[in-house]
Amino acid sequence: MTARTMPARPDGDDARLRPLPWRRMAGLTWRQHRIALAGVAVLLGALAVWLWTAGSSLHSAYAAAVACHPASSPACTNLIVAFNGSATNKIMGSKGPGGVLLQLVPALIGAFVGAPVLARELETGTFRYAWTQGFGRWRWALAKLVLLGVVLAAATSVFGVLVSWYFQPYAGNGQQAPGLYQNSPFANLFSLREVTFPAWTLAAFTIGTLAGVLIRRVVPAIVATLAAYAGLAFAAGSFLREHYLTPLATSSLYVNLPGASTAWTISQWSTKDGRFAFAGNPPDSLVNQFCSSVPPDKIGPLGFAPCLAQHGYTQWTSYQPASRFWPFQWIEGGWLLALSTFLIAATVWLVHRRAA
Amino acid sequence: MNVVEASGLGKRYGRAWALRECTLEIPAGRVAALVGPNGAGKTTLLNLAVGLAVPSAGAVTVLGGRRAGSPAALDAIAFVAQDTPLYKSLSVADMIYVTRSLNRRFDQPYAKARLDELGIPAKRKAGKLSGGQQAQLALTLALARRPRLLVLDEPVAMLDPVARHDFMGTVLAAASADGVSVLLSSHVLTELERVAGYLILLARGQVRLAGEVDDLLAAHGQPSLEELAMAYLRESPSAVTR
Repeated sequence: MTARTMPARPDGDDARLRPLPWRRMAGLTWRQHRIALAGVAVLLGALAVWLWTAGSSLHSAYAAAVACHPASSPACTNLIVAFNGSATNKIMGSKGPGGVLLQLVPALIGAFVGAPVLARELETGTFRYAWTQGFGRWRWALAKLVLLGVVLAAATSVFGVLVSWYFQPYAGNGQQAPGLYQNSPFANLFSLREVTFPAWTLAAFTIGTLAGVLIRRVVPAIVATLAAYAGLAFAAGSFLREHYLTPLATSSLYVNLPGASTAWTISQWSTKDGRFAFAGNPPDSLVNQFCSSVPPDKIGPLGFAPCLAQHGYTQWTSYQPASRFWPFQWIEGGWLLALSTFLIAATVWLVHRRAA
Repeated sequence: MNVVEASGLGKRYGRAWALRECTLEIPAGRVAALVGPNGAGKTTLLNLAVGLAVPSAGAVTVLGGRRAGSPAALDAIAFVAQDTPLYKSLSVADMIYVTRSLNRRFDQPYAKARLDELGIPAKRKAGKLSGGQQAQLALTLALARRPRLLVLDEPVAMLDPVARHDFMGTVLAAASADGVSVLLSSHVLTELERVAGYLILLARGQVRLAGEVDDLLAAHGQPSLEELAMAYLRESPSAVTR
């Protein structure tokens, strides 16, 4: 039997060392990021007050217009005009800057909360402190990113509920009263609702953290985050979203379709004798040949359609009905969540692997 | 037991080797000084030992065979990096909270008593402390973890002579009273004279000399550590570039 020259180590080897509990990261993350989180709270709070004010006047204008009888009276017409005016012209309307401004919120959160999380550690050298503590560096990174991501997603999903409340008068519960402005839920604010807003915020945040660990400088990481988010948001809105589900196609005259003005028109084309004739507007030659008598105020694909129909042309419209709003919300939220998960995994892996 | 064991250890950044064919055994229970000119590979060797960097060649273990950077190694080694990085916007009390949260052991009474002794107010932001106070705070946080090995990278380079003296005093007290092994790098040789029991001389990414200070002085017939190092670094530049 050999004598031990060293006492048995109480803290033992790798296998016996239990990792520190995850909850240890909560207070620490709060202390380190409370200023950034307070900034987010102030931004969302101010926007919420603004949205609430604009939304209250929109809702009351809507209620007044809907309640008015008889609808054809001059007083009611005035109310309808007033509602349509506030729906389209106010800051949050389709012609106002509000929607654009709100689109910036995820970008700002990603750039000013997400990008500095790791870039500041790497730029100031504090990663040499953080990554040599007992907690372990990849667990430290994972805990931080998940905690901050969950808090940001929760805050923005509450804000998304407010956006949806704001949007209610546009949709008119599926069937808008005659004459009242309505808009497709796909057209504006789609990415700012309960599901998509937190999803976009999370994606922007994780883009920021990955940019931070790759670039290792705060300001360039912020710029890269803004650029990447803008590119992704543009690609999603312009190319991806319309393909989430196969669009429906109809040959009935589009204006007469119930719910047509809340549907999202993807494209229009015409056929003759079952073969493709032209896309979108009819060519000038065709118009001159058959429809030169159509009055100028009816010009456009819908205006020419009845005329061309008499000459054997069938107009087709592909569209996404408003009833697909929630499936589309969940599809967009789903792929953004998958993307965010991947970006967090990539960031944590880089923290784990990255040499100092 | 050896606090650091390296065999054939090398680290390459791009095509340049920051450290090459480094084989050494640093014994426990003393202050080991890693000495050499700027760019000699001191920081690289320390980063490898604490697990911040991954070797390009060879292997390094710490505290009797633990893989550098493994949970058991992180648990038992406290590292104070060059320029003593701290979260500048956090208060001293928050830095204590953060360090306590991130570690299995944290001797809060020690940290409090030590900072009181140094006159460092708990509510002051870390970034508002003087350079000497920041270094002392970083060292206090490291020692409060009750490490078995304390690793310091150029701990006194930025400090004035008084702060330097006080800092080394704290390190020596920990080493002698609590039996903490210390590995520190420095290009300031004068301060090492009174603390170092073991010396590793690095130049251009390679170990030139390693051993007990007393043995090295006797073997090379030099009166002081500074003169030994100087003589060795000047001796044959050709040997160094070889």
